[in-house]
Amino acid sequence: MKDLNVLFAGFGGQGILFAGKVAAYVGLLMNKEISWLPSYGPEMRGGTANCTVCISDEEIGAPNVPNPNVFVVMNLPSFDKFIADVESGGTVVIDSSLIDKKVERDDLNVFYVPASEIAEKNNISGLANIVLVGKLFHEMKFASMEMLDKAIEYCVPKSKEKMLDMNKQAARLGACFA
Amino acid sequence: MAVVFQKPKALTDAVMHYCPGCTHGIVHRLVAEVMDELNIEGRAVGIASVGCSVMCYDYFACDMIQAPHGRAPAVATGVKRAKPDSVVFTYQGDGDLAAIGTAETVHAATRGENITVIFINNAIYGMTGGQMAPTTLPGQITQTTPYGRDVETAGNPIRICEMLATLDGVALAQRVNVNDVKNVRLTKKAIKKAFQNQLDKKGFSIVEVLSTCPTNWGLSPVESLKWLEENMMPYYPLGVYKDWEAQK
Amino acid sequence: MKVLMKGNEALAHAAVSAGCRHFFGYPITPQTEISAYMAKTMPKVGGTYLQAESEIAAINMVLGAAAAGVRAMTSSSSPGISLKAEGISYMAGSDLPALIVNVQRGGPGLGGIQPSQSDYWQATKATGHGDFQILVYAPSTVQEMMDMVGHAFDTAEKYRVPAMILADGMLGQMMEPVTLPEEKTAEASSKPWAACGHDNKREHNVINSLYLTPNKLEDLVLERYARYQKIQETEQMAEEYKMEDAEMMIVAYGASARVARGAIMQAREKGIKVGLVRPISLWPFPVDAVRSNGQKVKDILVVEMNMGQMVDDVRLAVECRTPVHFLGRTGGMIPSPIEVLKKIEELASKSK
Repeated sequence: MKDLNVLFAGFGGQGILFAGKVAAYVGLLMNKEISWLPSYGPEMRGGTANCTVCISDEEIGAPNVPNPNVFVVMNLPSFDKFIADVESGGTVVIDSSLIDKKVERDDLNVFYVPASEIAEKNNISGLANIVLVGKLFHEMKFASMEMLDKAIEYCVPKSKEKMLDMNKQAARLGACFA
Repeated sequence: MAVVFQKPKALTDAVMHYCPGCTHGIVHRLVAEVMDELNIEGRAVGIASVGCSVMCYDYFACDMIQAPHGRAPAVATGVKRAKPDSVVFTYQGDGDLAAIGTAETVHAATRGENITVIFINNAIYGMTGGQMAPTTLPGQITQTTPYGRDVETAGNPIRICEMLATLDGVALAQRVNVNDVKNVRLTKKAIKKAFQNQLDKKGFSIVEVLSTCPTNWGLSPVESLKWLEENMMPYYPLGVYKDWEAQK
Repeated sequence: MKVLMKGNEALAHAAVSAGCRHFFGYPITPQTEISAYMAKTMPKVGGTYLQAESEIAAINMVLGAAAAGVRAMTSSSSPGISLKAEGISYMAGSDLPALIVNVQRGGPGLGGIQPSQSDYWQATKATGHGDFQILVYAPSTVQEMMDMVGHAFDTAEKYRVPAMILADGMLGQMMEPVTLPEEKTAEASSKPWAACGHDNKREHNVINSLYLTPNKLEDLVLERYARYQKIQETEQMAEEYKMEDAEMMIVAYGASARVARGAIMQAREKGIKVGLVRPISLWPFPVDAVRSNGQKVKDILVVEMNMGQMVDDVRLAVECRTPVHFLGRTGGMIPSPIEVLKKIEELASKSK
């Protein structure tokens, strides 16, 4: 398997770190080596947030990846900041309801998903992050929907159990979006 | 033969190093007598602070820990949290408790840390040779206030019991004196109460003892007591500033 | 199945598993999760979590608890460790075992909050005033953040010296899958020296670092140094990676060792025979592993997230017989594997 180095980026509060955690659990469930590294500090408190998830067959060296091969992005500042760093041939998943710019590079596989709009329409607003994760894993053909469900089960805390089905639904909506 | 004088069991046989006329010896003895009377030496842990009384770890027969300057209440907190059944007391001077250790003192007090604090206020740094203490009186001459403490530049003295009495965690804040027999008895009573409060889990108890420092005051032992009565007592009135019992 | 945990949480979890029931802290980034975990967990296991009024108070609470004979710890980050220096020196001078965690950030001063290794000197050379050493461990994975804790407590108690885990913001914040350690229920070793009340059954114990007679103090320091000697002989820890055929050796610890490892994989693909010696104990410095491997190679490259604080230790270990080069980033920057790879290639081409 080719290593997946995924950068999730957006605003604090959009569930960027959570989306990364779900992706990391998918890797864990598939018996891969994984790491999850968040940005931290003042930016967690309302500014931009991002996290890097590495999924590999080999032991992971540095968990900070200057050139990710997958980029999931939920706000314009992060889009502008990181789009040039994505490895050539990499995959980009964009919440197009929040970012109206198009990718100018022609060496990337880009998916525009109006994730926030989709979430809102389906009464699961706030779960655009998982819509994007659903789309990502579907397009990467990396993990089955069942695997994704299982990862979500690990990540949704018991105190928020009612969120479980909503998260699963979000992942499906993302995967089905064409 | 009848015994008329006996060293308390809670004091070791070590010869104390204190200067003639210094009241540390009296206060040590009172603390030891209280330990004997309450039968707590076996579970007592004393915290020695930095200053003249640092070597009290050799004088008290209970287990002892020597703390960094000002940190005795924090060290005491660690011991008490680790061994809640132990009886923990600190023995601190004014520089230690009221200057470098103010934060530790105030926060142990406001947490209501269930410890006993013996505070020796002699208005001067003794061990380092007579510098201005946080409790040095206005106009008082010390090595570092050679023209007398000018409150305009050196600030005002601090009244610890009055300050701590405002805190909810404090069970007892009392200022006493050991200048005469009557006051020595009152001091012992206060110290005993401060330990009893701990046994009864009442919280932070502090007994401030006005004390002499003949060597650094440059006075004879007798003159020192007179100076204390005439100068310190008016600025630091004796009394109970807080007592959980009185507030019931 | 393994569980995903943040380095800081893994460390805190391991401390509780190792029988530590007394944690005294003060908030600072990026060690926050350790305190948060302890605040949540200690009340449930009958332990103490106490947020002190300062770093200074926190370390002195650790001193008190350690003096009373229990496993106690504190955690902080670089500026906070400077404040703890006084207490650490007193603990070393009083022969008290305890655990201090430094999740390093960039400095000096308030510095930044991003990962750094700029406290290597402070940890290994002078954690406070006076003639003393403390044990220093540098985990490199979240699993090691976990595994080092019990080892640090055990070794600290064995030799009666304070121990430090020198992590950094990256290791503290990142998540990796870990295998949870076994629970240690009973209080570890018996501590006949502890000041916890003599119960009228023994002479009083005195925990003290004051000795006004110089020859007595000298004797005590010498006795302590005899213990340090023993530690240096028996407690060195290092990991070797691809050193069998290496012509170049990288020496790196903690987070920068991970970066180095990535670069080594890429360099090997290009046919450069480079390996890694990763110090796990920073004090005692793994002189043996660095020396024996360092004398076999043509070049040594030290990679750190500071301005080269470990370089001298490596030079001394190889007695300057092999050239020692340095690559580092500082201020919270993490070197990239590409940067390290470039340096490896540069050195390899020169030595041809």
